[in-house]
Amino acid sequence: MRSSYGAPRRRRLSLARREALWAYAFLLVPLAFFLFFRLWPAVQSLKLSFFTWHVDPEQRTFIGLQYYREMYANFAAKGDLFKALRNMLYYFLLVVFGQVGIGIFSAVLLNSITWFKGLFRAIYFAPYVTPAAAVAWVWGWMYSVNFGIFNKFLSDWSDFVTNLGLPWLAIDPQPFLTSPKQALIAVAAVVIWQQLGFQVVIFLAGLQGIPRPMQEAAAIDGANGWQRFWHITIPLLNPVIVFSLIISTISTLQMFDQVQNINFTDQGGPLGSTLTIALYMYEQAFQKFRIGYAAAVTVLLFAIILVITLVQLKVTQRKVEY
Amino acid sequence: MASQAHRAQNGRRRFRFDFGRLAAYVLLAVGSVVMAFPFLWMVLSAFKPLKEIFRFNFWPQVWTLVNFQDVLLRTQFPRWFLNSLIVAGISTVSVLFFASLVGYTLTRLRFPGRNLIFILILSTLMIPTEMLVIPWYVMSTEYGWVNTFWGIAFPGLIPAFGVFLMRQFFESLPRDLFDAGRVDGVSEFGLFWRVGLPLVGPGLAALGIFNFVGNWNAYLWPLIVAKSPSMRTIPVGVAFFSGEAGTEWNLIMAAAALAIIPVLLVFFIFQRQIIEGVVLTGVKG
Repeated sequence: MRSSYGAPRRRRLSLARREALWAYAFLLVPLAFFLFFRLWPAVQSLKLSFFTWHVDPEQRTFIGLQYYREMYANFAAKGDLFKALRNMLYYFLLVVFGQVGIGIFSAVLLNSITWFKGLFRAIYFAPYVTPAAAVAWVWGWMYSVNFGIFNKFLSDWSDFVTNLGLPWLAIDPQPFLTSPKQALIAVAAVVIWQQLGFQVVIFLAGLQGIPRPMQEAAAIDGANGWQRFWHITIPLLNPVIVFSLIISTISTLQMFDQVQNINFTDQGGPLGSTLTIALYMYEQAFQKFRIGYAAAVTVLLFAIILVITLVQLKVTQRKVEY
Repeated sequence: MASQAHRAQNGRRRFRFDFGRLAAYVLLAVGSVVMAFPFLWMVLSAFKPLKEIFRFNFWPQVWTLVNFQDVLLRTQFPRWFLNSLIVAGISTVSVLFFASLVGYTLTRLRFPGRNLIFILILSTLMIPTEMLVIPWYVMSTEYGWVNTFWGIAFPGLIPAFGVFLMRQFFESLPRDLFDAGRVDGVSEFGLFWRVGLPLVGPGLAALGIFNFVGNWNAYLWPLIVAKSPSMRTIPVGVAFFSGEAGTEWNLIMAAAALAIIPVLLVFFIFQRQIIEGVVLTGVKG
């Protein structure tokens, strides 16, 4: 730390010292907050993961890495932890790339129009500010096999094409959330739907930073819309894309609200097909009261987030804060 | 400048441009239908009597308020609403004050350890909430914070992200302003309160609204710490309610609509500030 301010004259020094004292006074409460409610609990989680749980701290016994071994055994036996981690990868691939891709595309469209811009933006953004739990109930109902609007659409469509004499276009009712194969995709669609507006706004701001003459020069040189998008817009948007990827990756790794609320009967979907790490942690800690084991799971989640963030920062070689 | 370039283009390109624009409108309109449909479906269903729910008509044949009446009178919904308001209100006031105070201190005051403290605060962003809720819960049971407003609100009182945002805002103010104030004998707190704060109004608005909406929607921690039904916040209360209501979808939709309406109102009134807030997080970084 450089502290090279002020000539060593007594008056200047005392002024600098006065300023520093004020600064520490201002920071006292916030720093205490960050230490007690952020850093210390994180250390506590690490500590809890090495002990058996008991309400009385005196009666917790040190068991070393046993919970970590249990996690490994669960993973190796393809238990719930394995499913949660596997789903994390699927959610990452579907949700992150889905929302960033559709987000860029929608933002480019929105940027190219003049009328109703505000209205479209509001419609796209509204899901982002609504409680995820409420969103999950609406979608859960729409996905319902017998009472859902989606299967009603499908059967109406099938009737329609059958009447037209094109029965091969008919689509059977789908199981959606009740099928281990479709449930995760169905949940991912909800999350993309909810997060899309955030991406659109971020990319719109990024697009506004791209100088217009550059696009026009390329147009005059004969570049078509697709070429302009691919060779000018995307490279210039790169920093914004990196930011979006990091933000959406981290929020996808922590998915909880939607997954917990979309099925009333089995949390985590049929055969754990929509289970996430956060939901797994919640079940272990607050439904089965296996606090130590759940703490070990959160340490794993932290490690994953840390590694991914460091890799992404390293790959991009640009300091991105979020 | 744009119109010059357009004039330079020939007729064919002009036509293609208009075609592209039309396609953009069509695609956006289709997208809007997909984005808005779940909302419309929810709100319209909330106005339907139960027997219409399974008939799948889009528009209610009979409009009724009985679902809203049931939710408001039969459940503790008004209480949950109040709880959410109190928690989100407390945390927003705290966030505005402390985030700007720390942001100000980290940019406008010089002291040893400044960067170290900033990095320390920023690094807490990497700790996932999941890693903190267990120790928070242990702490809350130990100190009797379960089922209290303080217990629900404390984790969100000073967010690292808000500090980062306000730091950005204060950084853009000219230093001379504060030096002049100092020469005039304004106290250090006065410099922050009377010179700095009024100049970062847009930042405060964005942070405040964003934080309010975030706290209003918070789910995981309130679910853990609000054990008694009367201390639930709206998302938690309605989550339990939907579990108990089973397939009374009209009631669930009315509850969902009531839960969403306040946030949507805030969003439509403060749209500009919210979007500005999102933009600042992504682009100024």
